[in-house]
Amino acid sequence: MAEVDEAGAPVASSAQPPSADAPLLRCSDVNISFSQRGSKQRLHAVRNASLEVGPADIVGLVGESGSGKSTLARAIVGLQRIDSGAVEFEGRRLGHTRTAEDRRGIQMIFQDPFGSLDPRMKIRSALAEIIRRHTSLRGKQIDTRCAELMDMVQLPRTILSSRPAGMSGGQRQRVAIARALSINPRLLVADEPVAALDVSVQAGIVNLLSDLRREVGLSILFISHDLSIVRTLCDSVNVIYRGDIVETRPCAELFDDPRSDYTRTLLSAIPRLNGPRTEGLAQGQSLGVRRR
Amino acid sequence: MTATDAAAIARTAITPPSRKSRVWAPAWMRRHNLQLWIGAGMLGLMVLAAIFAPLIAPHDPTTPDAAHALLPVSADHLFGTDNLGRDIFSRVVYGARSDLTIAIVAVVAPFVIGLAFGIVSGYFGGWFDSIMMRLADIVTAFPFFILVIALVFLMGNGALSIFIAITCVSWVAYARLVRGEAMVLRNKEFVAACQASGISTIGILVRHFVPNVVSQAIVYAMSDIVMNVGVIVTLSYLGLGITPPTPDWGSMMAGGQQFLAGGFYGMTLFPAGAVIWTSLALSFLGDGLTHQLRIDR
Repeated sequence: MAEVDEAGAPVASSAQPPSADAPLLRCSDVNISFSQRGSKQRLHAVRNASLEVGPADIVGLVGESGSGKSTLARAIVGLQRIDSGAVEFEGRRLGHTRTAEDRRGIQMIFQDPFGSLDPRMKIRSALAEIIRRHTSLRGKQIDTRCAELMDMVQLPRTILSSRPAGMSGGQRQRVAIARALSINPRLLVADEPVAALDVSVQAGIVNLLSDLRREVGLSILFISHDLSIVRTLCDSVNVIYRGDIVETRPCAELFDDPRSDYTRTLLSAIPRLNGPRTEGLAQGQSLGVRRR
Repeated sequence: MTATDAAAIARTAITPPSRKSRVWAPAWMRRHNLQLWIGAGMLGLMVLAAIFAPLIAPHDPTTPDAAHALLPVSADHLFGTDNLGRDIFSRVVYGARSDLTIAIVAVVAPFVIGLAFGIVSGYFGGWFDSIMMRLADIVTAFPFFILVIALVFLMGNGALSIFIAITCVSWVAYARLVRGEAMVLRNKEFVAACQASGISTIGILVRHFVPNVVSQAIVYAMSDIVMNVGVIVTLSYLGLGITPPTPDWGSMMAGGQQFLAGGFYGMTLFPAGAVIWTSLALSFLGDGLTHQLRIDR
């Protein structure tokens, strides 16, 4: 916790001008349902969900467990079939079967850093597999690219020749980010990327994502149930409740003046230390979370 | 006193957890995984004997020599001779050739078939999985030996039909084992990560599933070879396996049986010893591998 509380200097000044151009990702009226065993009724995981992510935006998607946020994320990357509605990326409508071009645009990172890497595969091979699939880089060029990626996610290059077994959760998550970024996607869907990590490591990952947005103009759909992290990182927030997106607002507005009852309940559930700890922090400012 | 207690606790914590072995082995042997090396050594010796049989065997294993029938153990005839005057040592060495070849070859085909079907079944599920598993149920509904004997009976004696019969029956065990592992793997996030990054299904199965399930299958294969040696020897003993002039441990034991009462134990004892030696070697090797692969995880 020491790192978190020290020095309140802003890490990233992310005052983005409101982009007038078309959004990078637009989901409109997406419905997703699952058949349930022993019941004719389908379980509606996501109902008429619409959201937009602009270029170089970090958009939050918050909600409690089971609210459909992961399902929507999986649908955006094409892991989950949608019943109706549309997922558009750069103005193109994406079908369920994604082309290599679609895949290059959107990449995903997952919640569990211990499950999202193949335990039998060295990090270099895991990165090379994707690089080889999507680019024309071969041989030495791949090694160079892998080294660049390690620098980008602030890991020592020696990690390339190890397997995930001896690595910490934070290191694994950085590797997962490196893998997702290896083919320069425009959008990164981050499904609870820090939920499984402890607080000081969370800070590092959150800062990394924020840096990546600033440095390479990466757009991020950041899914979380942790509102204080969302407030630190995101420009705007979508609140999802039981499959419905109940509120979509710029981050600062939402936290100051929540409109839906559910959002209010959600906000009041943030644990505070000595009263309203986050008071006085402008949107985009960090909570004093710094990289070591 | 507390210091020694702490030391004792520390020492007990380091020793690997006890596990079920097929073969009993003392703790010091298990700790250093000597089973792996002893097993490999014993098997290696047998395999070398099989490969270099013409160099090792002092006599021709098939030519009868009535003048030297039923000789006891001597320097010239290490294991003595059988009722037709053939050198038992030479026959045991040549027997390793026929028996081990079939045992090993008959483990590769079911291994590959079972691995492929198991992975595909476990990954895709659905109707393919249902059909595969019902098929597997049908095969396992019959006792192993009955089914193999019936199949050999249908196809006639010989190495090829033993090989086909074993393959038809024993792929099921591999398929079941691998399917279970593949089903667990399918829900891992790294598989979703691969799908999301556009890695082809074939790529996922070959590069991620095979390496993750193969170690279990290899460990099973070791005990499966033991089983195969047993099957081949049994079939030959019953007169269904390798046809007589070719040396083979099963038919040698069968041939020696009638001379046991006369006190000529060599004809049965030595091929039986070879079977035990090989089975023990493979069991040690299997246990050793299990241990080794678990540590590597």
